[in-house]
Amino acid sequence: MSAVEHPAPPPPAGPVPYDKAFAHRLLADMLRIRRLEEKAAELYGETKIRGFLHLYIGEEAVGVGALHALTSADNLVATYREHAHALLRGMDMGALMAELYGTREGCARGRGGSMHLFDRATRLFGGNAIVGGGLPLAVGLALADQMQGTQRVTACFFGDGAVAEGAFHESMNLAALWRLPVLFCCENNLYAMGTAIERHESQVDLRGKAASYGMPAVAADGMDVVAVHEAAKEAVAHVRERGGPMFVEFRTYRFRAHSMYDAELYRQKAEVEEWKTRGPIHTFTARLKAQGKLTEDEFLALDAAADAEVERAVAFAEAGTWEAAEDLSTDLYTPPGAVP
Amino acid sequence: MSRRISYREAMREALRDALRGDPRVFLMGEDVGRYGGTYAVSKGLLEEFGPERIRDTPLAELAFTGAGIGAALGGMRPIVEVMTVNFSLLALDQIVNNAALYRHMSGGQFSVPVVIRMATGAGRQVAAQHSHSFEGWYAGIPGIKVLAPATVEDARHMLAPALADPDPVLIFEHAALYNVEGDLPDACEPDIRSAKVMRPGKDVAILAYGGSLHKALAAAETLAAQGIDAEVVDLRVLRPLDDATLMASVAKCRRAVVVDEGWRSVSLASEIMARIVEQAFFELDAPLARVCSEEVPIPYARHMEEAALPQPEKIVAAVKGMFA
Ligand SMILES: Cc1ncc(C[n+]2csc(CCOP(=O)(O)OP(=O)(O)O)c2C)c(N)n1
Ligand SMILES: [Mg+2]
Repeated sequence: MSAVEHPAPPPPAGPVPYDKAFAHRLLADMLRIRRLEEKAAELYGETKIRGFLHLYIGEEAVGVGALHALTSADNLVATYREHAHALLRGMDMGALMAELYGTREGCARGRGGSMHLFDRATRLFGGNAIVGGGLPLAVGLALADQMQGTQRVTACFFGDGAVAEGAFHESMNLAALWRLPVLFCCENNLYAMGTAIERHESQVDLRGKAASYGMPAVAADGMDVVAVHEAAKEAVAHVRERGGPMFVEFRTYRFRAHSMYDAELYRQKAEVEEWKTRGPIHTFTARLKAQGKLTEDEFLALDAAADAEVERAVAFAEAGTWEAAEDLSTDLYTPPGAVP
Repeated sequence: MSRRISYREAMREALRDALRGDPRVFLMGEDVGRYGGTYAVSKGLLEEFGPERIRDTPLAELAFTGAGIGAALGGMRPIVEVMTVNFSLLALDQIVNNAALYRHMSGGQFSVPVVIRMATGAGRQVAAQHSHSFEGWYAGIPGIKVLAPATVEDARHMLAPALADPDPVLIFEHAALYNVEGDLPDACEPDIRSAKVMRPGKDVAILAYGGSLHKALAAAETLAAQGIDAEVVDLRVLRPLDDATLMASVAKCRRAVVVDEGWRSVSLASEIMARIVEQAFFELDAPLARVCSEEVPIPYARHMEEAALPQPEKIVAAVKGMFA
């Protein structure tokens, strides 16, 4: 019996059911996110990055497993903890890092920063920093697709904290009522800032809430990229084929502070340590090695590639330029002639 | 040539035109379909356009307004009807934090071509929770445009340019106007940029909008009988304000009263007065005045409600105070 308040699940076991190439892709993507964010934390210390910076470290299996179940035609609505999601959609890491620097070369020209990554080309409709604020947008995007006869899934990510918001309940109801193709992806990392889930939810099994709106709801081990990907694939297929929404709860854990300012008074060190032993990167690495699908040299090569990409991204951001202050009100409204 | 039409019918014709003219346009909100619209504006549209495009929503202002914003991002041209401004407070987050910010915050990548309509205002004895006038609050938000049609002409012709606009446009329809009839000219030049001089005059500029416009016009008649020639300007567009037209009128008349059904403090009226002070101070012959709602919850009892709201007599008194 674990002595911690929120015990980690048993470590993922069993063979990884993917070919080498795809397994390596998943691992590479988790490493890219991890190295990017470790670097971002370092740069925050150097004050190159300011404001709020929410790291996804520990949760990488969720983003990677889930987003690999989508196609480039699908829509994505994300939260303020969305570096991974932007990157996995295909945003250039340089444009992402430049946005963290706040330069004109950033994906939102430095207007948004870490919490507001946008990318029209990859159908990333933001980085939303109002808890629950993205859910109604996702419902509307799916409504637009339904009305226009476009075959597309809108994936919407949000935390366990968002489940307590009215926006969550209103959006679930609307999506189910109108049978809209929304995939609700709850990243349950057991805390909303410093408030543990049993202190903010009357019913901690979040599936029941979604099920009460009449949509299928499942949970998956969010520390296991295989479990995430399998659950996401099934859910995406359900949404695509049936046209109605579905809810997936990914049970995961945040290894770092909520943002860069957080004394972590609300959780036990031992709990964090226990969950770290279930870290999605090293458990997946160990499984692949045990199966003979990965050598140490291959791992080092993937890691080195991630590091190199991060280095290039930093160099790109360092070479960035500032938007002119005179352009402050550019794009407050759409300029004449621009097609929205 | 012109024809007689009610504000409600004018609005309905505008909706019908928009729905016929563009398959991306749809109307959604509480009771817009089967019920026929809370103020009967959308009556008959369900039969013509079907439940997909005249879409009844649950009581979920936040989600369906946000869904309108999302649908606009997704290529549609939604018209979201919020039953009244009072309930729009439940949707405020989506309007302010998403619709208004998205274009700028995304570095110009995402425009939000949504139209959000709602009834506003008091005067029908529906008591404090149903009598707010928050359009002035909305007019303070960069990133959106705010319209206040006060005439049948604007009820008929503001919707099309609002839908053609690539950014979020809020339309405030004063609930007391729906039954008002007016002459709708056959040929109109609709715009959503300018204020309009409704009654030329030379002694005092009365700047009003929405339900208060008609009170201002009534006050001007009373004043005319007393030898004061008031110019009445309809603001029409609350954001962005048409400073040029307002200042021209102020400069011509050298006196100005602002009429605004919002609460007096931190109101649209305060903003307009500040602009006059900034831009036309030396043109003034008298201190500015404003006639707003009293700073109390709007009461139910008729005489108390009347006492709380701008009235023609109050406007007349404010003007006469300037000539004292
Ligand atoms: C509506 C709203 N309330 C409060 C906040 C402040 N806040 C930012 S993140 C956060 C916790 C959200 O927790 P959760 O949804 O579980 O996401 P996580 O940070 O754990 O990924 C809070 C309270 C906010 N951004 N928006
Ligand atoms: Mg959380």
